[in-house]
Amino acid sequence: MPMSQTIDFIIDGVEVSARPGQTILQAADEAGIYIPRLCAHKDLVPHGSCRICTVLVNGRPQSACTQPVAPGIVVQNDIEKLNNVRRNILDMLFVEGNHYCMFCEKSGNCELQALAYRFGIMAPKFPYQFPARDVDASHPDIYIDRNRCILCARCIRASRDLDGKHVFEFVGRGPEKRVAVNAEARLADTDVDVTDKALSICPVGALMRKRQGYADPIGRRRYDHQPIGSDIEAKRSATG
Amino acid sequence: MAKPKIATTSLAGCFGCHMSILDIDERILELVELVDFDKSPIDDIKEFHHRCAVGLIEGGCANEENVRVLKDFRRHCDILISLGECAILGGIPALRNTIPLQECLDEAYLNGPSVYNPAKTIPNDPEIPLLLNKVYPCHEVVKIDYFLQGCPPRADAIWETLVALLTDKPVDLPYDLIKYD
Ligand code: SF4
Ligand code: SF4
Ligand code: FES
Repeated sequence: MPMSQTIDFIIDGVEVSARPGQTILQAADEAGIYIPRLCAHKDLVPHGSCRICTVLVNGRPQSACTQPVAPGIVVQNDIEKLNNVRRNILDMLFVEGNHYCMFCEKSGNCELQALAYRFGIMAPKFPYQFPARDVDASHPDIYIDRNRCILCARCIRASRDLDGKHVFEFVGRGPEKRVAVNAEARLADTDVDVTDKALSICPVGALMRKRQGYADPIGRRRYDHQPIGSDIEAKRSATG
Repeated sequence: MAKPKIATTSLAGCFGCHMSILDIDERILELVELVDFDKSPIDDIKEFHHRCAVGLIEGGCANEENVRVLKDFRRHCDILISLGECAILGGIPALRNTIPLQECLDEAYLNGPSVYNPAKTIPNDPEIPLLLNKVYPCHEVVKIDYFLQGCPPRADAIWETLVALLTDKPVDLPYDLIKYD
């Protein structure tokens, strides 16, 4: 198949043209259709772990961030059945960690919180777990608050592929799984730097710079007025 | 026709949510046109006198007295609203939930750096409500009908929700009023 060829398919009733090799998520982004996502990031290789981006491809559930486009497929994205699955995943992420948004420096700019706002979640339907998680504040400029980590692996991929380091890695399985650092014990003993992409790419308030505090006042934070995904959807309304 | 009644309480909260009720400013005059207050710290009525249309609950359940009051609200109110992060999640008091209760008491009354307690007693008077093993969100204790997020919930969110409920309209808050902080 020549590379110039386009692949035509349908998302939520809209005809979309994609390039060979694109994922459904990439093609939808370019077409101005927002598919919710958490572990996916445009600068990172897909990881396919959070399942927020699950869509139905010809009726079968697939993660849009890993699934390549194919000619003639029919993709359903913004439907109640999937949005309820997404709500459930978000609920689980909230109760499985300790998310005290009222004193989190990421609040207002946090992708997990913004997704919960977009889906109008007023309270999780599952019981809070209140797990005991630790904070590593050993580094002079950076801290990891594992109470807020959603195990998206963005920091792991960014440190490896964008920063050319291997500062972060997962250890453990199931409820014990956590982000560990490439040192005997502490973040301070790694070669992480405050300018690393791995930091700014964390979607939540887990991997944070010290001493930035509540940098943006309430009302001027990223998701205060515009739901997450509005920037992508704006492309579509702009082109009509 | 008699006005509907509303009741409010602060369980394990800081009264910030009640401050936010007062933050509806001059609309408080419209509110007293719409409703009468029954049991509430706003009028200092301590026990229920009437059946209430709406009960607003600030704070989660940290002790047995909180549970008693919450169950009393459920019995007397048609609609219960969890108001704010402490009612919904347990909030700041729930930070103790990852620490065993005995360790919390020991730190507060025996080992804390500023503690002066030569008798080494931990308060245990029958007048003092017993602490629960952890702080519980209200909806894990009784059925809650509506949730207003925020620390505190915005006054506009409280106002719009109350007016909708009291005038039999659906509660449909705009995006800007759903905030967890
Ligand atoms: S990381 Fe996001 S969801 Fe978690 S406490 Fe911070 S703002 Fe809230
Ligand atoms: S620290 Fe942040 S980027 Fe890394 S896995 Fe946790 S949530 Fe994801
Ligand atoms: S965004 Fe696709 S699985 Fe996480």
